[in-house]
Amino acid sequence: MSGGAKLSLGPVLFNWKPEAWRDFYLRIADEAAVDTVYLGEVVCSKRQPFFDPFVPQVIERLTAAGKEVVLSSLALVMSGKEREAARALAAVEGFMTEANDLSFAAALNGRPFAVGPFVNVYNEGTLAYLARLGARRVCLPVEAPASTIAVLAAQGLAEIEVQVFGRLPLAMSARCYHARSRNLAKDGCQYVCADDPDGMPVDTMDGKPFLTVNGTQTMSYRYHNLLGELEALRRAGVGRFRLWPQSCDMVAVAALFRAVVEGRTDAEEANRLLAELTPEAEFANGYIYGREGHLLVDGEALAV
Amino acid sequence: MSAENVELVCPAGTPAALKAAVDAGADCVYVGYRDETNARNFPGLNFSRPELADGIAYAHERGSKVLVAINTFPRAGHPQIWHAAVDDAARFNADAVILADIGLCDYASKTHPELRLHLSVQASASSAEAIRFYHESFGIRRAVLPRVLTVPEIAALCADVPIEMEVFVFGGLCVMAEGRCALSSYATGHSPNTSGACSPASHVRYVEKGEKVVSQLGGFTINTFGNGEPAGYPTLCKGRFEANGKLSYLFEEPTSLNTLDLLPDLIAAGVTAFKIEGRQRGRAYVGSVVKAFRQAVDAIRRGEPVPPMVLAGVTEGGRHTAGAYERSWR
Repeated sequence: MSGGAKLSLGPVLFNWKPEAWRDFYLRIADEAAVDTVYLGEVVCSKRQPFFDPFVPQVIERLTAAGKEVVLSSLALVMSGKEREAARALAAVEGFMTEANDLSFAAALNGRPFAVGPFVNVYNEGTLAYLARLGARRVCLPVEAPASTIAVLAAQGLAEIEVQVFGRLPLAMSARCYHARSRNLAKDGCQYVCADDPDGMPVDTMDGKPFLTVNGTQTMSYRYHNLLGELEALRRAGVGRFRLWPQSCDMVAVAALFRAVVEGRTDAEEANRLLAELTPEAEFANGYIYGREGHLLVDGEALAV
Repeated sequence: MSAENVELVCPAGTPAALKAAVDAGADCVYVGYRDETNARNFPGLNFSRPELADGIAYAHERGSKVLVAINTFPRAGHPQIWHAAVDDAARFNADAVILADIGLCDYASKTHPELRLHLSVQASASSAEAIRFYHESFGIRRAVLPRVLTVPEIAALCADVPIEMEVFVFGGLCVMAEGRCALSSYATGHSPNTSGACSPASHVRYVEKGEKVVSQLGGFTINTFGNGEPAGYPTLCKGRFEANGKLSYLFEEPTSLNTLDLLPDLIAAGVTAFKIEGRQRGRAYVGSVVKAFRQAVDAIRRGEPVPPMVLAGVTEGGRHTAGAYERSWR
């Protein structure tokens, strides 16, 4: 495979226990073959105080290990507290930040930033505007098909990042479905989302796995997996691939993706090994083919 | 903001519905083209270019405004379809265009500096900072708020931004932050952001299973109905699912938004415009809902209490909710 593609680890989207969160990142720092690690609470501002005390230690270890650290902002900003937190994050010096809401991008006053997948960048007009505003890197929304990715990568305005592994973040809400599933109000949620480190499975009435709930966020049941499409995306000009943390062995997952990016393992073999690493997971890649997101398109070459 | 200045913004999916809305007292009617440029891109709905020009003339002759929703996200490589939609709205003297995409806002503000721009709910601008960004960058004059905020949050927002705020007061209820929901495309390949359609009819099936009728979307079961029970439309987030060992309407019941009782509070909060959802609904629905809200707004203007109204016949499943405007909904 043509060289140079980088690997990123997206921010942990789930409510992991603070110590587990810390230990996860310390191991990533020491062992994972990723270039960049995104850190921060994207889903629910109520979770942030629990792991905040561990953030300096995690940043130090990741930086010492030579990994780029990017601080991610909240995706849905509503309350005064959330707006204040966004302002504080925008004022942090020395780190690239990832804007997951436009309010945050605006607060950066022209400093370089990354655009997260929760900001709608679907076309070259929006990409050009955000690049003028200071966007250096853009992680595209889940729905972006290869045709869109190719057009945006060809603009040469910002590095294009594509989500390639993990449950897909599909929707955000003001309402907490984890709390609702336990007959709790969001204000008294008892942090029940922490009971499901990979999200709470949501099945159809006839027992078919469909979605997962992560607090106020709704995600796919299936794991997105673009091992077979990495090379075509790289040829289309994608500079960076994002892995979403799940509670499987992410060091091993990163090693697999790295091996395919570097051409040391072919995609077929990597897919076999990935299935062994995540025996429970079902996979999907439909969005990249412009199809239903839950589909697994097999044996079709990705046209870009 | 006082009740004097409040505008009623009403839906029209057809020229007949536009006339019904204008005749029932709509201050503004919002419409879309018959293509992928608007977020209610359903078969048999919306306006051709000549229909739009005629509709705008009809409304203007009767003192109503027409707002054109061009609120999907342009497909990469094909911006000209969306640019032409904006150009034509300006040419037909539309009173405003309703946009969601940053690139399209940029194009409209540069190409048509005289054209009034409204920010679509699909832009998901839920904070003062986000709204100010669109105002300062593109001269946006009004923002439609996503259905995620409580009345006190809306009041704080209105006090903090220099432009008009529009909120949904009636009709279909998105439970997710609008413009940030890909549930429909996960099941069907089509979503509001990409194709202008949520839970599209082309992917709906009703399957008889013994005594029961199963409603499906993209092959996924969304709900099941007993013998004789009316089978509701399988909008993905209004379905019954199993989670945590329990079968429930996990996201939301099949219900409609109705804020008739909250109108005085929303006016006091500083809201400028009340939006009624339903470009996919017929002219009878549009006529009766617009009339009810016209009477309510006029009563508030006279300092009278909001008259009770029978709207049960037009709400989804005959049920309604005040949604996110009340904190307990979350």
